Amino acid sequence: MKKLISKILNNDAFSNTLASIISIVLGLIVGLVVMVIFNRAGAWPGFLVMLQGGFSDGARGIGQVLYYTTPLILVGLAVGFSFQTGLFNIGVIGQFTIAAYVAIIIGGKLTMPASIHWIVALIGASLAGVIWAAVPGILKAYFRVSEIISCIMMNYIALYLVNQLVHDTHYESTTAMSAYVKKTALMPKLGLDKIFPGSTVNSGLFIAIIVAILVYILLYKTSFGYSLRCCGLNRDASKYAGINETRNIIIVMLISGFIAGLAGGILYLSAITKNYKISELFITEPGYGIPVALLGMSHPIGIIFSSLFIAYIIVGGSLMQGYGFPVETVGIITAVLIYFSAFSLVFKNKVNKFALHFSYKESQKTDSLKNE
Amino acid sequence: MDTITFIFHQMLNFSIPLLIVALGGMFSSRCGITNIGLDGIMIIGALASFMFIRYAESYITGQTLLLLAVLVSIVSGMIFSLLHAFASINLKANQIISGQALNMIAPAFSVFVARLFIGDSIISFKNTFMIEEIPFLSQIPILGDLLFKNIYLTTYLGLLVLWISHFILYKTKFGLRLRACGEYPQAPDSVGIDVQKIRYIGVLISGGLSGLGGLVFVLPNSTNFNGTVSGYGFLALAVMILGQWQPSKIFFASLFFGTLKTMSAIYSGIPFFNTLGIPGNYYKLMPYLITVIVLILGPKSLAGPKAEGLPFEKGMS
Repeated sequence: MKKLISKILNNDAFSNTLASIISIVLGLIVGLVVMVIFNRAGAWPGFLVMLQGGFSDGARGIGQVLYYTTPLILVGLAVGFSFQTGLFNIGVIGQFTIAAYVAIIIGGKLTMPASIHWIVALIGASLAGVIWAAVPGILKAYFRVSEIISCIMMNYIALYLVNQLVHDTHYESTTAMSAYVKKTALMPKLGLDKIFPGSTVNSGLFIAIIVAILVYILLYKTSFGYSLRCCGLNRDASKYAGINETRNIIIVMLISGFIAGLAGGILYLSAITKNYKISELFITEPGYGIPVALLGMSHPIGIIFSSLFIAYIIVGGSLMQGYGFPVETVGIITAVLIYFSAFSLVFKNKVNKFALHFSYKESQKTDSLKNE
Repeated sequence: MDTITFIFHQMLNFSIPLLIVALGGMFSSRCGITNIGLDGIMIIGALASFMFIRYAESYITGQTLLLLAVLVSIVSGMIFSLLHAFASINLKANQIISGQALNMIAPAFSVFVARLFIGDSIISFKNTFMIEEIPFLSQIPILGDLLFKNIYLTTYLGLLVLWISHFILYKTKFGLRLRACGEYPQAPDSVGIDVQKIRYIGVLISGGLSGLGGLVFVLPNSTNFNGTVSGYGFLALAVMILGQWQPSKIFFASLFFGTLKTMSAIYSGIPFFNTLGIPGNYYKLMPYLITVIVLILGPKSLAGPKAEGLPFEKGMS
């Protein structure tokens, strides 16, 4: 029994999950404290509503959770994949924005049969993401420019460029948003609208899960993926081992940009009501890429679960308004989650230390028994 | 002449906050801590000072109120930046993630606070802080119109910050130690200097200046604060890089970016630019595009302080 416990404690996946759960619990506690400070009476019931999340709204609510989960899985993968290989693709927002525009243009301007229209739009969107991610990748690989700085710059270039392009090419002035995409370009529902009536969940969910599995296979089951993870663990050592770092950096950024672009395409082809809003602020969905990746410990399967969690409290948080709490409360909680997940390594080390201590004690006990 | 004065004042209004925040970022970078949370800290500084102005404006008015608000913005920025300092210095957490967390907490928190206290996401205030004329100095030809009429106290404050920053960084013992901590922390550590403490001070300075920058940004450009500083904190990062982490170069970089920002705001009112027919969004993205180009073509000195972003463990080589 004790042996089993020490085995579980020493398991990497376990300590990862535990560290994420600690971050989540701390984030929720801080969120609750903030709520109590500002509105003592409404805090607890409001908090409970948030925790009930999508379930309080029946099948439609669950469908909406899955709808929000879809882009979160992909942006989380885009960030997490770059993390695992020692890069930080903070430019997912820009890649997502550009891809959204390309998807809207292909979906709104071109005429094609329904079976291929959405596929063409998605491919276009992904390629746009690839191109946008290539710039920081090349800068990092050949000019040694920090990908963080160039990604931030590319994000703002994408924001203003897309604002202008949407305004010039595909604009609905009555709503100050992009004009509609054609029905043929919308993501197929594959019966999901029957299971979750009233929600906008679509086949993009399956694409996201398939991509997660593909990333898992690439990272953990191929020698190329191994060389990528080596770069993430120790750049100098992998260089010494003969791994082509320059090539890896560019490939990682391209794949990461592809996934981010896919996310943008899927989100803006998901429903006829989903349009690009011209604004000085970034689209919110890709901003969740970092928390999703961190909570999922950058592991593709972990990212699926952390996206579900974040989507769940987003839906729950929108219901909290009935208790006098602004929607931003969820924003505060997720931001606090990120802050704590920045410490996740510290938590993980604590867990590992405890596990080491535990198994050491155990082995001493068995040793002393043997001696007797 | 009036048009030129107007453009000049606009340019100052856009450049000075960039200058202040970029100098803040510089202090953090040069002590070895990457702070990409400048944008979030600006929002918190603006939030605190405009909440203060809103509640205090019935008791105090004019420049006294503004100076008190300046203090509030600096202190609030410092307190908020403690989160980043604690995460990156004590816990040796990933500095990018911790900084980004600040950027995400701030706008949500700002709207949350405004909704709960004011019932609206926008904090409006009476803007009575413009100095119409400074006696005697405003009589100087040309310069009087440009620098001593229709100006905000915060503009002078920005220039003061520039001078003090230069002085601290290059003329004081503390400045030398700060720079050493960012380049090669083992060296100051070996002679008994507390690297962690110096880094804490560096991050606190960046927090104070960013908070002040938030106030200075919103004040001349608007009569309300709606929980955003339009990505100015990120633009300030670009200014800091183009300025190669040196106060004097940061000053020119901020003037340059401020000019571009001014173009995007007023191009339609100036016949020459209006006939060019370039939409405002392109002027807006220009600073970022130029930064990318300079990063490609620029000199190696754009690499930044050597130990930036690396946690320091005492006694480790």
